[in-house]
Amino acid sequence: MTQSSTPESSQPGVGRRALPSFDLKLYGPFLALAALVVLGTLANPVFLSPGNIANVLTRTAFTGIIAIGATFVITAGAIDLSVGSLAALAAGVSIMTMNALSPELGTGVAVVVAGVLVAVLLSVAAGTFNGLLVTKGRIEAFIVTLGTMGIFRSLVTYLADGGTLSLASPIRTTYRPVYYGGLFGISYPIIAFAAVALVGALILYRTRFGRYCAAIGSNEEVARYSSIRVDRIKTLAFALQGLCVGIAVMIYVPRLGSASATTGLLWELEAIAAVIIGGTMLKGGYGRIWGTVVGAVMLALIDNILNLTGAVSVYLNGAIQGTIIIVAVLLQRSGAARR
Amino acid sequence: MKMKLGFAAALLAGIALAPLGASAQQKVRMGVSIPAATHGWAGGLNWHAQQAEKQLEKQYPNLDIRIATAKDAAGQANDLEDLVSVHNIDALVILPFESAPLTDPVREVKNKGKFVTVVDRGLTDPSIQNVYVAGNNPQMGKVSAQYMKQKLNNKGNIVVLRGIPTVIDNQRVDAFMEEIKGTDIKVLGMQYANWNRDDGFKVMQDFLARFPKIDAVWAQDDDIALGVIEAVKQAGREKELFIIGGAGMKDMIKRVMDRDVLVPADVLYPPGMIADAMQITAKHLIEKTPVQKEYVIEATLVTPENASKYYYPDSPF
Repeated sequence: MTQSSTPESSQPGVGRRALPSFDLKLYGPFLALAALVVLGTLANPVFLSPGNIANVLTRTAFTGIIAIGATFVITAGAIDLSVGSLAALAAGVSIMTMNALSPELGTGVAVVVAGVLVAVLLSVAAGTFNGLLVTKGRIEAFIVTLGTMGIFRSLVTYLADGGTLSLASPIRTTYRPVYYGGLFGISYPIIAFAAVALVGALILYRTRFGRYCAAIGSNEEVARYSSIRVDRIKTLAFALQGLCVGIAVMIYVPRLGSASATTGLLWELEAIAAVIIGGTMLKGGYGRIWGTVVGAVMLALIDNILNLTGAVSVYLNGAIQGTIIIVAVLLQRSGAARR
Repeated sequence: MKMKLGFAAALLAGIALAPLGASAQQKVRMGVSIPAATHGWAGGLNWHAQQAEKQLEKQYPNLDIRIATAKDAAGQANDLEDLVSVHNIDALVILPFESAPLTDPVREVKNKGKFVTVVDRGLTDPSIQNVYVAGNNPQMGKVSAQYMKQKLNNKGNIVVLRGIPTVIDNQRVDAFMEEIKGTDIKVLGMQYANWNRDDGFKVMQDFLARFPKIDAVWAQDDDIALGVIEAVKQAGREKELFIIGGAGMKDMIKRVMDRDVLVPADVLYPPGMIADAMQITAKHLIEKTPVQKEYVIEATLVTPENASKYYYPDSPF
């Protein structure tokens, strides 16, 4: 492992000398991803098999979609810690709704649509609630979402009686293809992930809302004096985060057909890590959607590679994950600073 | 929540009424300290504890049970202090989060003259407890290995999904490995799946990508096993292998009962052991029945023949 990482880490330096205007902040995440792919292939050739790549991208979709929402919130200088718990709650409520409605709506598409609607509406409402508490309530986003994180998670524990909420199996049969099926050999979660990323990039780079998010994150007071409606934009960013959670839940539920107190555990940290690895500033003012996508894929790849190799003691998994994350960010930041 | 409020109210009423007719029927207070329902098995634990609370309070009208759930070892130590000083318990039933950190807090309770029943995980100083209702983690690993040996004819390639790095997980895995020693059963890979369905799914997907031929999976836990089942189905490799979970979750027991070829058996590690411990303690407190020093909960092998005995459709676990 050390052997392969040495030539990789020197690569950005080489690139900078050859191309003086090479923007490491922009391309750093992609270089780190390439390095990780090489590492994975060296660890086990199976890594590059279409089946494995499809598995990894499909499972990245949940945290990836959530992380795209988080990119907006973080760019606007806030943070949302409640996304993992919200995903669990939305999944739980969605499952309960579908089970409860099946006597009237049957077990076909109608009941699934109802379940998805409930999940999305609940998530958007919860995101808006977070946003309003931050803007109208004038409370730090960290505290607001730390609070709602606890509230959402204990609500799902309460609803599930401490156990697991499971989707009735005929409904599951209807819903199952949303995770396991696909178009032209590409699974629906990957398609959804790509679509959300595309729309996210358009909104962040091409709309006034996207620019306002960056302006607020960079300096809220200046943004206010520039007659940007700061409260409204921030609340919208949180609502958008909620929507992303809703979409993630929509494709999460058909995978295992269940939700419990452990659903979505630590997703908030994974999403935030993906955003930061991707080059977005944690303090706000600068956001990168495609970087976030790469960050999310990298996090999933690290897990995958560790599972594909028996070379490292499983006790050290966390240490290796941590090291790779820090090195990836160090690589782009130190390059960007020197420039 | 509602139940807890009702309970607090009942407790207040009890305290208020105590001076009036106390001597005729002395209230006996029992504190129960358990981990919060943060994963499936603990959810089952909480459900069984609440069922036992209802049943025992009905059976013994002068018995008051207070259940405290904690998120970690430190929180549980705080709970013990509250149970003694605020709720003034006469006896404690505790399922410790971890053995070492809770040994001294439980010793404090004991030194105040309370009756102590320890469940599942033992304390590092066994002289503290009056009664020990022991779960048997090494035996769980051993029984799983024995079944696997027999089913595989001592030969085959298996993968192991572990829980969360803890003493419990180590005991199970060590006993399992000890039991398959000397056979031709080869452990191809071993990874943590954190007693979690999603992680079980992910780890198994990767194992399936990595190993072209797997004869059996030891998932050690029913939540992990359910994730494993989905991954195996997705890969279309149901015919190739079988899965052994553990704990006794109703979904898994149902599969065993229905003779699912993918899940031919399950090994019990019943969360209901907390109810047994509460019962033993309550009976001793009120009827003054003598108690044994130790009760061992067996890690029973569940097969289609005996599965219906262990099926609790109403439990959330």
